[in-house]
Amino acid sequence: MTKIDCLWTEDDQRLSKLNVPVRIGLSKDMCPDHFAIYNTEEMVRWAEEKGADVLLNETAGLCLRCAPYPDSCLAVCVIDVTSGPNTPLKVGPLLTSADVVMMTKGDMVSQAEREVFRERVLETNPRCRVIETNGLTGKGGSELAEIVVNWMEIDDQMKLRNNPPFAICTLCAGESRVGKEHHRGMLRQLNGFIEYVGE
Amino acid sequence: MKCLSIKIRLTILGGVDKDGEKEAVREVDMKSGNIMGIVGPTGSGKSTLIYDIEQLAQGDTPSKRRILIDGEVPDETTRTDPRKKLVAQLSQNMHFLADMNVGEFLKMHAKSRGKSTELASEVVELANTLCGEPFSSEDHLTSLSGGQSRSLMTADIALISDSPVVLIDEIENAGIRKQEALRLLSGEGKIVVVVTHDPVLALLTVRRIAMKNGGMQAVIARSENEQNMCSKLAELDDWLLSLREVIRGGKTVEGFP
Repeated sequence: MTKIDCLWTEDDQRLSKLNVPVRIGLSKDMCPDHFAIYNTEEMVRWAEEKGADVLLNETAGLCLRCAPYPDSCLAVCVIDVTSGPNTPLKVGPLLTSADVVMMTKGDMVSQAEREVFRERVLETNPRCRVIETNGLTGKGGSELAEIVVNWMEIDDQMKLRNNPPFAICTLCAGESRVGKEHHRGMLRQLNGFIEYVGE
Repeated sequence: MKCLSIKIRLTILGGVDKDGEKEAVREVDMKSGNIMGIVGPTGSGKSTLIYDIEQLAQGDTPSKRRILIDGEVPDETTRTDPRKKLVAQLSQNMHFLADMNVGEFLKMHAKSRGKSTELASEVVELANTLCGEPFSSEDHLTSLSGGQSRSLMTADIALISDSPVVLIDEIENAGIRKQEALRLLSGEGKIVVVVTHDPVLALLTVRRIAMKNGGMQAVIARSENEQNMCSKLAELDDWLLSLREVIRGGKTVEGFP
């Protein structure tokens, strides 16, 4: 198992109790989704070295603009039902390009809310398989395992499912002045008007 | 608003209790029109049993119970698709967490259950007959009180989640008219399962499952004596209810009748 997070995680300690090889990666200053994609080859190589048949990679869903799902990987999106039925609309490609959506904490809301949430997920991604799960009791685990076991093998010519956002960000280049005139790249105004401003 | 009730048979196949020991009751059979109670001390596993039934558990919950419909394992879509949902559940949740207003939520729910969105206003009307302070379709779900929320959940189940099996979890706690709510939820010819601590509701059920330490201990049939007590108990309960209304109305209580 591998776990990618931005600044900090202690999941390596928790997960190692499962007696499976675990490795963590912290993206720190780098875009976390780029970090995950860039290091995919390395994670796969490490997993094969350990003799694994399956590599489970968890990322913390850190940016809603894109989804680091390669095409032949099984893409699973975990989403908390208690966050309300508007959340599926806010989550973006992480949800819309997933193969499986796992709804968690369903026992904390009414049956009607679970059903409305499920409907919203299917409206946003009609092709996905929805599994209602409970992280505390393990419900839904065997369904997911079944899907994992029957999924295709990955190859070494994988591509991302989605086009990542096209942007050159002046903030990433170190610009700290707020005024409009200092910024370059793909710029979107509050009213939705987009322009590209070069050097 | 009457719906043709489907006749089904629901079977609970016993699993294990909190200690992993096989629970005493190995099989419980229920048919349409049966009302079953579930009783036991706090923490004995009543809500867990209800949830197992709601999910049509197939050995994939901690209790390892399995639920059969008409003697057979239900297929995948029956377990998950709300349009085919055989079970409606009124849980102990006292509040909604969804960030929408009442009308929008009810329309979405009607849609998910394959019903007309026109039902939304009927649900609100019905809910307002069960609780003290009325609310409207424009109110935000999260602003409703506990009693209003549960009235809404009750009316929603009665009109939208019209399923042949209804699970009711401690309706006496809801701060709403419990006997009326129970009547509304039971409809006609459904399998009704009532988790309760309330003697009036418990003795309304013909059979009840006694829970202990997470396991089904026994299935008790209502005795003739208990049945004879029902009407007197209902009278007592109505009197207590009227007292409650007096106190809630900010007045003083006169005395025993």
